[in-house]
Amino acid sequence: MFTVRVNGNSIEVRNGTALKEFLISSNYDISRIAVELNGEIIPKKDYDGVILKDSDSLEIVSFVGGG
Amino acid sequence: MKIGIAGLGGLGSNVAMMLVRSGVEELVLVDFDCVEESNLNRQIYFRKHIGMKKTEACSEILKMINPDVKLELRDVRLSEKNIPEIFKDCKIVCEALDSAESKAVLAETVLSEMKDVYVVSGCGISGLSTPNTIVTTHKFGKIYVCGDGTSDDTEDMHAPRVTVCAGHQANQILRLIYGIEDEKI
Repeated sequence: MFTVRVNGNSIEVRNGTALKEFLISSNYDISRIAVELNGEIIPKKDYDGVILKDSDSLEIVSFVGGG
Repeated sequence: MKIGIAGLGGLGSNVAMMLVRSGVEELVLVDFDCVEESNLNRQIYFRKHIGMKKTEACSEILKMINPDVKLELRDVRLSEKNIPEIFKDCKIVCEALDSAESKAVLAETVLSEMKDVYVVSGCGISGLSTPNTIVTTHKFGKIYVCGDGTSDDTEDMHAPRVTVCAGHQANQILRLIYGIEDEKI
């Protein structure tokens, strides 16, 4: 296990966890979010290939409908 | 400075109007829809605009405020493919789209493919609960999000909260134009 920062909060993650797996298990609706990892925006197609590392910093913005 | 407006509904039409009143002289207006009667409770259009393309109706109103405003009208549905081309040369894009999914696509595409461009997004505007929950948040990097973050009943949208949120977006866009740094709260 190691720790990542998600929107400023510390969260424990199992070794080898992919970003996509982390987002789904944290109940994010993948089609309705934008994710920044260590200062870089991660396109949705890359969620599966990104493996989280110790001290990673994630910023996640969740959108709701209405415009 | 050219500003992009993605969606000309309750948020986008009001933001565009406030920006033109504030002296912004160049906008890209994007919407694929026509004005409907049900839009008149919160969008800037008038009865005579019903059935007209929102890009054209919005342009007509903005030119009544400033006849010299430069407007690029794009009557298309935005996608990750056309977003970089449509908003090229824009320094700021106002995200004022309807669905949560299209908001996410716009934010992700602009932030990842147009590195110098700011996104000012509207998120959470429905209902008639207190507008004091509508705030501007600098989420990270080049994205600001305005709204209450949760209300999403698109069948229950009214002028007051929608316009409050549009005011937040227009205000943040003006702050970026004038280079005003974030306030520490």
